[in-house]
Amino acid sequence: MINVGDILLKLWNESGFSAVSSGFLNGGWQNLVMIAVACVLLYLGIVKKFEPLLLVGIAFGCLLTNLPNGNLYHSELWTAFMNGEIGYGTILHDGGLLDIFYIGVKAGIYPCLIFMGVGAMTDFGPLLSNPKSLLLGAAAQLGVFAAFFGATLLGFTGAESASIGIIGGADGPTAILLTTKLAPRLLGAIAIAAYSYMALIPMIQPPFMRMLTTPKERQIKMVQSRTVSKSEKIIFPIVVTIFVIMLLPDTAPLIGCLMLGNLLKECAVTDRLSDTVQNAMMNIVTILLSTAVGATMVGSSFLTVETLSIVVLGVCAFILSTVGGLLGGKVMCILTRGKVNPLIGSAGVSAVPMAARVSNLEGQKANPSNFLLMHAMGPNVAGVIGSAIAAGFLLKVFGG
Amino acid sequence: MLMLANALGESQLDIGTAGILALLGYAVVFFGLILLMIVVMIVGKIFASKAKKTAETAAAAAPAAVPVAEAPKPVAPGSAGELKLHDVEPKTAAMLMAIVAEKLGKPLNELRFISIKEVK
Repeated sequence: MINVGDILLKLWNESGFSAVSSGFLNGGWQNLVMIAVACVLLYLGIVKKFEPLLLVGIAFGCLLTNLPNGNLYHSELWTAFMNGEIGYGTILHDGGLLDIFYIGVKAGIYPCLIFMGVGAMTDFGPLLSNPKSLLLGAAAQLGVFAAFFGATLLGFTGAESASIGIIGGADGPTAILLTTKLAPRLLGAIAIAAYSYMALIPMIQPPFMRMLTTPKERQIKMVQSRTVSKSEKIIFPIVVTIFVIMLLPDTAPLIGCLMLGNLLKECAVTDRLSDTVQNAMMNIVTILLSTAVGATMVGSSFLTVETLSIVVLGVCAFILSTVGGLLGGKVMCILTRGKVNPLIGSAGVSAVPMAARVSNLEGQKANPSNFLLMHAMGPNVAGVIGSAIAAGFLLKVFGG
Repeated sequence: MLMLANALGESQLDIGTAGILALLGYAVVFFGLILLMIVVMIVGKIFASKAKKTAETAAAAAPAAVPVAEAPKPVAPGSAGELKLHDVEPKTAAMLMAIVAEKLGKPLNELRFISIKEVK
């Protein structure tokens, strides 16, 4: 005889509602708060359109991981993995769906594939026509190292400080790759900070752009750069790959994938592959990466003072990177006797192409006939290489 | 080296060490990108000189025939003159001119476009 009462009781006992109510004081409240956080992030992604392609996935991953008894993600398995007690095999056997997704993050696969897609979508022509843009890409890494220093002062370890600092590179995949290797427990907070601030670039940068430049400087019209031949565009990714990886071997995964993607685009004999990398692969990896990163936002490890510190340090990193780029732009403006508009310096923070668009918009506000977009794309893509080099340095120093 | 990196990563750094590492890291980024800039400049110079040589050879090989002057084409009434298009479709050019006029906030007939060239 079936005991309906027992079945219903069992259903209740194993439900998430029961888990939250019975363990409310023992972590249940954290799950509820994180579910609310996930809903806020979903709102920001869907309604406010803050980097929706990533934020929606991250928020949904966060929602899934904080629903009690869902067993999609097990932070304790990853702690054991980090301690060397278990391997990927155990995770595949015992883990949930999001644990399996997370293997791609942990192994550094998704960020590199995203970089391949970014490379396939990037035109390095503006950088090639004006190689001095690379200096602005370097100057705009100021925030990375300033935030690293600040995080150290706040008591974070060297590896954690490095992971927090890289938020200033305004480059999501780089931040995720570095944090996964150096401070995986901070991954959720750092990824959220990085992608949120990237979405907020049109709000974060302009006040500092206006503060650090004069109206006269903002009105500077830049002359059209030289035409770049197709051969140069094909040779560039090969040269960068050889050169940068020889200099900093730790940048190999990021730079290698970025330049492979770009070569597929430029060489004109692999159009099918370039199309796949830019569209199908990029979309699939974005879904896996975003949900896996969101899954790491477990209430018990996310709702800490550390997360608040990371959020504050992250915005400081973004601002200082913007300032560094603008100061670099001002120096170039002086050295070229007013031929360079300092506004293009702020585009050196990566965040392709958002930061370049902001430079263009600010330039047009000062002078409606000023078109800085192509000039700003040079520092913008230089920033991608710059942040990869910064990550390579930090990885070498703290990752062994 | 591995042990040093692990020790630095797992411990809290003192201000002096953190400051030195921050400056060193910033310097390494500059160093890497300056070297890359030099390489890109050299490659660019090589290609520019090659392109120049090719152009000179082509010019020398071309017959010294006197070009026949083309009769000026009649322009549309109210037009500011003829627009030269280089590797740009007329449809694309029309769209670009409309965008520029919109961005400048001026009517299209008050602007004069001389040429539109695709930057490759």
